[in-house]
Amino acid sequence: MKRTIFRNQLLPWLLLAPQLAITFIFFLWPAAQAIRQSFLRQDAFGISTQFVGLSNFKALWNSPEYLNSLQVTAVFAVLVTVLSMGFSLLLAVAVDRTIRSSSLYTTLLVWPYAVAPAVAGILWWFIFNPTIGIMPYVLDVVGYDWNHISSKTDALALVVIASAWKQISYNFLFFVAGLQSIPASLREAAAIDGAGPVRRFFDITLPLLSPTTFFLLVVNIVYAMFDTFAVIDATTEGGPAQATNILVYKVYFDGFVGQNMGSSAAQSVVLMGIVILLTVIQFRYVEKKVAY
Amino acid sequence: MASITLDNVGKVYPGGTRAVGGVSIDIADGEFIVLVGPSGCGKSTLLRMIAGLESISEGTVRIGDRAVNDIEPADRDIAMVFQNYALYPHMSVRQNLAYGLKNRRTPKAEIDRRVAEAAEILQIGPFLDRKPRALSGGQRQRVAMGRAIVREPAAFLFDEPLSNLDAKLRVTMRLEIKELQRRLRTTSIYVTHDQLEAMTLADRLVVLNGGRIEQIGTPLEVYRKPASTFVAGFIGSPAMNLIPARAVPQLPGSAHAGIIGIRPEDLTIAPDGPIAMDVLAVEELGAQRLVHGQTGGERLTVTMPSDAPLSDSLRLAFRPGSLHLFQAEGGRRIE
Amino acid sequence: MIENRPGLNLLAHLTLMLGVAIVALPVWVALVASTHTATDFMSGTIPIWPGPHLVENYARMLDAGVSTSGTPPVGTMMLNSLVMALLIACGKIAISITSAFAIVYFRFPLRNLAFWCIFITMMLPVEVRIVPTFQVVADLGLLNSYAGLSIPLIASATATFLFRQVFLTIPDELTEAARIDGAGPLKFFRDILLPLSRTNIAALFVILFIYGWNQYLWPLLITTSSDYYTIVAGIKRMADAVDGLPQWHLVMATAMLAMLPPVAVVIGMQRLFVKGLVETEK
Ligand SMILES: Nc1ncnc2c1ncn2[C@@H]1O[C@H](COP(=O)(O)OP(=O)(O)O)[C@@H](O)[C@H]1O
Ligand SMILES: [Mg+2]
Repeated sequence: MKRTIFRNQLLPWLLLAPQLAITFIFFLWPAAQAIRQSFLRQDAFGISTQFVGLSNFKALWNSPEYLNSLQVTAVFAVLVTVLSMGFSLLLAVAVDRTIRSSSLYTTLLVWPYAVAPAVAGILWWFIFNPTIGIMPYVLDVVGYDWNHISSKTDALALVVIASAWKQISYNFLFFVAGLQSIPASLREAAAIDGAGPVRRFFDITLPLLSPTTFFLLVVNIVYAMFDTFAVIDATTEGGPAQATNILVYKVYFDGFVGQNMGSSAAQSVVLMGIVILLTVIQFRYVEKKVAY
Repeated sequence: MASITLDNVGKVYPGGTRAVGGVSIDIADGEFIVLVGPSGCGKSTLLRMIAGLESISEGTVRIGDRAVNDIEPADRDIAMVFQNYALYPHMSVRQNLAYGLKNRRTPKAEIDRRVAEAAEILQIGPFLDRKPRALSGGQRQRVAMGRAIVREPAAFLFDEPLSNLDAKLRVTMRLEIKELQRRLRTTSIYVTHDQLEAMTLADRLVVLNGGRIEQIGTPLEVYRKPASTFVAGFIGSPAMNLIPARAVPQLPGSAHAGIIGIRPEDLTIAPDGPIAMDVLAVEELGAQRLVHGQTGGERLTVTMPSDAPLSDSLRLAFRPGSLHLFQAEGGRRIE
Repeated sequence: MIENRPGLNLLAHLTLMLGVAIVALPVWVALVASTHTATDFMSGTIPIWPGPHLVENYARMLDAGVSTSGTPPVGTMMLNSLVMALLIACGKIAISITSAFAIVYFRFPLRNLAFWCIFITMMLPVEVRIVPTFQVVADLGLLNSYAGLSIPLIASATATFLFRQVFLTIPDELTEAARIDGAGPLKFFRDILLPLSRTNIAALFVILFIYGWNQYLWPLLITTSSDYYTIVAGIKRMADAVDGLPQWHLVMATAMLAMLPPVAVVIGMQRLFVKGLVETEK
């Protein structure tokens, strides 16, 4: 809170006007529409609509496709998060050991942040291209027949790798910052107490890194659930056989391609609930961080 | 240049805290007034009401013959020096000095002239094109004063301007402020919690306690005739000894006073003196020595030359006419 | 380092080199592919080393593109992306910094409500309200326009909070000094707040430029005229069209061009980038 303020009454509204106008027109109004539509059903020609209560939600709950999408999303989010954070942590710990060359390595590791998820998808799609990609060629040597166009596992693996790759830089930077904020004296004290490097990592570094880890956990889950739309759309388009049809992709597909407004709106509402939940978790955590 | 009049001024903060109440002071044109009191007594609040940075809940503030209660700070014709200097970090010293003048559409030539003059007075000429971050604490302090000087305002307001400096620099700057004010003859109100700073700078002191005025007077008046036990204990170092009269019935006046005050320097060693003190501790200051002890169960401090003889118990006399008598209730002075 | 263990240090370097290699792999493959001709892919797998057709492929994509895919020349798409990214970055910064100024430096009725309205945008990513938002933009006649590409995306709680945080750390005394110096709110904003937030603005700009450039779903939906295709959204249309045909070298050249500007920004302004990243997550 500021002690010194300006007394003008009109000016603050003028200053806020652009942001509030955009918020109302493009955020609150559409969100309200989504909520409204989630309780309506349109007939096949889009002529009449009727109030159907919760039946759109019930339909979701009874739809094997939607339940499958929920499950795919959960598996996908967990895999992306674990893979990306694990790999980044490994690199961050390694960089933390090197002194002179750490900024060089950092430069070489941060740039994937700037690659668009759609482009990341295209790149990995190419690498894993069953006919000309190098990875299927390598896998063939070890006896694995890669085909993400027909194999559900291969398709999921592909989108997981592409999505995790794109997120490495972000996790890496925050892990490095987290590691650097651990006072060297703590690790020195542990070393004097006779703990070797591995022990020190598990007894000192990892517990003290837990605020960063938790923060990244939330960020990565949000990323995997919402920002990977482009990865999916640029590669598998949810296939094969729904194997990579995550929730945000399904909302889009049912709404735009399938033109099933009621169901799409209900899915939107469910997703809003999930984002709100994740945001609340994140903010509670931020509050705690301030208290440290 | 102007006189400043506070008429029954009070401040109640939005939360309901009363910070200042019933303050009336007449400040003459060119006078150097120091508001002094312990931390939290409402000094800054009072100064900020005069500056216009805080709304005035009660009473009237006049600068010159104009009531300024509803006038913006910029239009009150005052300049202020802050404790943390509040220099604009992204502007050079020159730009810092000129900013207020520019906003008032002072002609460029006039701005240059005043900046050069202030730089000359304060000897900050060599730093005019530096950023504040490239200056030492003392230099920043000078720039902050320069920003006030160039405005040629009716009054300077200082809020603890020396508290961020180290002890030695504080003493030099104190003197510089005094000389500067002598030279410019600008009405000044200066806030400090440091009684020594207050004594050395002020034409008149205003001692505040709990948002109210305890005493107004020249430094010597306040020192010689403190109006209350609060003032007596606050002004002067080491602080005046304040002893319940019943503990020293041998002293004159103790029959009708509640509390008796004696400054440590007014006590002397005398083999047949009326006060017997058991010595508890001795502090050597070099030229002087502070002896702390006890009499009749009350603490007592005595200043004495460093070559005076010491023993575990001393007998003390007081300089004639040096006793201060105060009421037991409220601690007001008894003449 | 606590103790000198050459073995561990070596292991750290090996890990990092392997990491860098894995991270760089897709881009290396794309780069190599973009320097060959279509016939080089016939043999089955793509080559490992760059070929001689780099200039030829890139020049062709930049000013002609792949006409069969229905996408305009890559040069046009990059220009559209640039306009969109700049509009989004500048727009977000402009409306956020004024909002933060209003919220921090003024007291007015419904201030908390305004604050919450802005906060709530954080919980409504475009993906979850995609259909009705599209409807609004269509009703406003903003399809196929730069305004439609940028304006719906420029509300930002994150940027507003960042500036709010920055303003809260600016000492009150500075504002008071400015008031005594005769600066009103707008002058104070221009002369003191903006210059003092310079590096924060720059850092945020880097992050938002990348964010804007990399937009995918939104431009894909609201651009139906190829004049407004952006490169990130366009590349998928192109890939779809050429998937059957062996034109991967051209798709990869486009991918390289799509990455180039944001990657250059990250590497060239690494310090600002890291600062921006850390600050926007507070
Ligand atoms: N903005 C404010 N809101 C509420 N109370 C305040 C505010 N500023 C100061 N106070 C209170 O008013 C009293 C006087 O404060 P202040 O004038 O700053 O004292 P001083 O400068 O003498 O240390 C204190 O009790 C302080 O807590
Ligand atoms: Mg104060």
